[in-house]
This record gives sequence, structure tokens and C-alpha cells, in this order.
Amino acid sequence: MKTFYLALKYLAVTLWSAFVIFPFLWMLSTSFKSQNAVTGGATWIPWAQFEPSLAGWKSLFGGVGGINIVKPYINSVIVTGTASVIALVLGTLAAYGLSRFTFRAGPIRNADITFFFISQRIMPPIVLAIPFFLMLRWLGLLDSLPGLILVYVAALMPIAVWVMVDFFNTIPRALDEMAWLDGCTPVTTFLRVILPNVAPGLVVAGMFCLIFGWNDFFFAFTLTFTQTQLLPVSIVALNSSVTPWWSLSAAAIVSVAPLAVLAFVVERFLARGGLAGAVR
Amino acid sequence: MLHLEDLSLSEGGVPHLAGISLKFKPGLTTLLGRTGAGKTTLLRAIAGLVQPAGRISFNGEDWSHIPPWRRPVAMVTQQFINYPHLNVLDNLAFPLIRRGEEKAAAREAARDMLGRVGLAQMASRRPSELSGGQQQRVAIARALVKGAPILLLDEPFVNLDYNLREGMREELSALLHATRTTVIYASTDPREALRMGDAVVLMSEGRALQSGPPRAVFTAPETLEAAKVVNDPPVNLLGADLSDTGLEIDHLGAAPRDSITGLPPGRYTLALRAEDIRQGGDLMARVALTEVTGSETVTHLDAGGQPLVMLERRIADHALGQNLCITPDLSRALVYGADGRLIAKGGQNG
Repeated sequence: MKTFYLALKYLAVTLWSAFVIFPFLWMLSTSFKSQNAVTGGATWIPWAQFEPSLAGWKSLFGGVGGINIVKPYINSVIVTGTASVIALVLGTLAAYGLSRFTFRAGPIRNADITFFFISQRIMPPIVLAIPFFLMLRWLGLLDSLPGLILVYVAALMPIAVWVMVDFFNTIPRALDEMAWLDGCTPVTTFLRVILPNVAPGLVVAGMFCLIFGWNDFFFAFTLTFTQTQLLPVSIVALNSSVTPWWSLSAAAIVSVAPLAVLAFVVERFLARGGLAGAVR
Repeated sequence: MLHLEDLSLSEGGVPHLAGISLKFKPGLTTLLGRTGAGKTTLLRAIAGLVQPAGRISFNGEDWSHIPPWRRPVAMVTQQFINYPHLNVLDNLAFPLIRRGEEKAAAREAARDMLGRVGLAQMASRRPSELSGGQQQRVAIARALVKGAPILLLDEPFVNLDYNLREGMREELSALLHATRTTVIYASTDPREALRMGDAVVLMSEGRALQSGPPRAVFTAPETLEAAKVVNDPPVNLLGADLSDTGLEIDHLGAAPRDSITGLPPGRYTLALRAEDIRQGGDLMARVALTEVTGSETVTHLDAGGQPLVMLERRIADHALGQNLCITPDLSRALVYGADGRLIAKGGQNG
């Protein structure tokens, strides 16, 4: 009976894995197809069922019918990376403040401030597009990396605050107080005691920031013209009257690869995290 | 010497500390009081974790504006607070390193302390990998390793089982014996206070009711409130009218006039410890509840509407509702006047 359940478990895991991996395999297979192979029906095995072609991949680097995605790629790395780090730092500080101190301004309390942060993500981005556009124009930062970084920080910080407030709330204040009595100032308490214990939260918040930042199309599209292009916009630019599935598939793989690798690396770290043993 | 002057603290109109003035000398002082008496708040005030009105000074230095991280204080709470991201050795070395000691020296001192509390084998483990008793020992060791002149212990053993609690009490007493530390130990258990402390402070509703050597405080609680705090099982309080002709106790009836000597006629309250009510005699009482605690039996009785508690140093099997014949030994009663102050002890003027 035990073996039966074990077999059932493995079967379920295998089916789920296949379900998850299948689109990626399809994408990978399509990226190595020519136009004829794509439109010629569902084929999977290169050389046996279709002749592999590098046309899709070449188009990402300025090949026929394509564009060079290297610069947009680097731009995306700069904007997403920088904005995520800034959002994580500011968001973590804000979240710690909201978790540990009581703020009162008229009827406004901590929960209202936290909701204010989250509400930035609830609003449809189009609501913010015009104000952002006008502000960046006034600052002379339209169509520039610093301008995009500023906007992305504003867009990503609510995620960091939202995630980190919950993590900080799980850490008992008694731990802060014990650190004070052990000679830590509030700043060293935060850096030496609290931050190490919310490391899993930082990873989660960081991952969310990177994912949302990396995948954003709307602001990358509305706040840039020709000088500063990010990856999602450049991928869309690959499209033409005939949808180049082979190029789009190659671009999708290139686009999703860093996040997939990152998720794989941090997953192991997250599994180790935990606050057990702080206070019993 | 640690000197507290007129400490007061209220929250939402509820007084947690109400004008407490105390002096603590090196040695172990027990703060004894029921839950909510203000013991924890007082310890937190000394540590600087709350800011009461009044003045706290140590060896003449005013601590009003000294933050917790600059006070020479170590504290152990009833929760087992340890740093989950550090192993046991680094948990102990942490306060020393924060104080500016070299890492190697701090770890050496930490290793030495771990040996003293019997956790040398656990140095590389995380707190979460230890049992409750071991975790609390780590917390105590971390407080001790600092060598702070003031050690605050807030019911540190309350979450431990009986055997572990007894063992740790002895360990702690032995560890502290050689030092000149001012130890303030909060407890709800009068027996613990009697056994451990060089001095005891009785607390109730944010006030310090009485302080002094434990035996003196226990034998002569100055007020009715103090008598309630120092007694576990609860003290029996009997209203009584003393006249020239005799002593009339509420609900229990007449008692010999010479049970209380040397007092003028009037209304009194007799406080009689549970062990001073004995089985046998001519007073009938119905068993309302029996609690067997190890080698003792605490029986709650109803004597004609007067609740009484009797302690027997044996395992007794009293059935619920059973009638028992008892004798209150009034010669051992503490006598309190109408103002609630002790005026006679064991039948003699107080």
C-alpha cells in the first residue's frame, strides 16, 4: 500500500512537471524552427521531424527581419536591477518602521499607510501613466534610464513594503528589545539581528521586484521613445505582418532565462529560512 | 546600589506602576506578586524598555536619559529569547562582541559559560534545535556571560517542567553565589521567593506593598493585601468581632476569647494560613474541591457560607460534598485591624 501511494505521488509530480515544462520545451523547439517548420504542423524532434534553423536566434542579434536585443537587454538589466535594489532598500526600511512604530496623523494609522503603498499596485497603470509622463518631462528624464529607474522604484516599492511588513511582523519585538539589552542601538539591531532573520523575506520581495520590473511593458512603452528601449518593448518590436514565432520563441527564452535561473537558485535558500528558535 | 524613586507608569488610565520607591543591594531580591502586579513593568523600567515617571539611578548615576543599550543590565524573560540566526556559541558571544570585545576572546568566554551551564556540546547548534529547557539555559547563559552588575530575571523558569525548574533554580543560585551582582527575580510563587531571595518585595497593582528579608515578610505581612500575596494556597480571611465576653467569627460562630489576647474589643480580620486549618475538631465543613499537588493536598471547604482552604502534608482522598470536621488554629492567626494593617501576630500584638 505504501509503495502504491509512493508511486501515485511520483506520478502526480511527473505529470505536474510535464505540465509546467511542456510550454518551455515547445518554445525551445519552435525557436529552432524555420517559417516552414512552424506552419507545417506540430513537430518536436529536430533533424528527425524538422530541419533546425538558427534564423530565430539570429534575428535577435540584428539578423534578417529582426532587431538587436543586446542593448535593450542590458537596459532591462540596469533598470530592473537598480530599481529593485532601491525599492528593496527603501521598502524594507519603510516596512520596518511600519512594523515597529505607531504612526498617527489625524485618522491615519499604520494600516492605512501600508494600504496606501499597496494601493499603488491596485490602481491600473494607465492612471499613473500621465502623471509619470508629465513629471519625467518636467525633470528632463523622459526616454532615459534614470527616468525609468525612478518610475520602477515607485512601482516596485509597494511590493517590497507589502511583503516585508508581514515578515517583520512575524519577528517578535522582544527580539529587538533583547538586542538593545545586548548593546545594539536601534540601527545595529536592525542590521545585525532583524535583517538576518528576514533574509527569506528579502529574497521573496527581491524576486517579486525583479519579476514585476523585468516583465513590465506598460511604463517601458509609454515613457520611452527611441533612445531607451527595454527588452519587453523590443520583443514586441520583433512582430510584423507575419508573426515570427521562431524569433518570438527565442526572445521569450532569452527573456525568461534569468528569472528562471534566479528562481532556481533562491528556492533552495528560501527552503532553509525560518524564525524557529527566536522566542518560545 | 540601584535606587528607584517614585516610579509611576499608566497606560490607558490603567496604572502599571504607582509610585514605587525601592533600593536594591547586591544579592538576590525577589519581586513577588500575582500576574498583573507590575513586576514585569518594573523590570522593563529598570532595563529602559519603558519610560516611567520618576527616577532610576545606579551607584549615584541618573539613568533617566540612558537608553537600554547603554545600561549595564542583563535580562532573562519567561519567553526563551535567543537569536535564531546564530548558533548557541555565537548567541552567547553576541553581547560581548557588541560591547567591543575581540571575537576570539568573546567566543572563549562564551564557550566557558556554556560549559558552566552544561551546554558545551550544543555550541554549534541553532536555538531551534534545542529543547525548551536548553533554550532557556542559553538565554540565561547569555545574560550571565555579560557580567552585568544588574541581572533582571522575569519568571525565567515559568515555562519549564517541575524537575527542570528545580534544577535550573539550583544552577542559577550556584552561578550567582560567587558574584556581587544585583539580581532582581520576578516570581508569582511565594515558595520560590522564600527559598531563593536575600530579600523580597511584595507587589500588587503596581505598588510595592512591603519589602524585607523573606522570612520576616512571610511571617508578618504588614497588610491584608500583603498577606494575600505571600500565601499560596490562599490565606483564609475571617471577619471577627471581639468583645469583652468573647470572640464571634463570621459564619463559624463563637471562639474562645483567649484566642486573641491583648487587643481591645472591635472588628478584626483574622488571616489564617491554609496549614493552620487541621482535620479533626467540632467545626463541620463541606468539601468543595480537592487538589492534590505532589505530596500535599489542598482542600477547599465551605463552612456555613465561609470559604476555607486547608493544606495537608499528605495525599488525602476527600470526596466532593463530603463533610469534614476541622479546627482552625486561631492561635496562629494574623490579626488585621479595620484599616487592613497587621496589629497582632499569632495571637500577640504586632
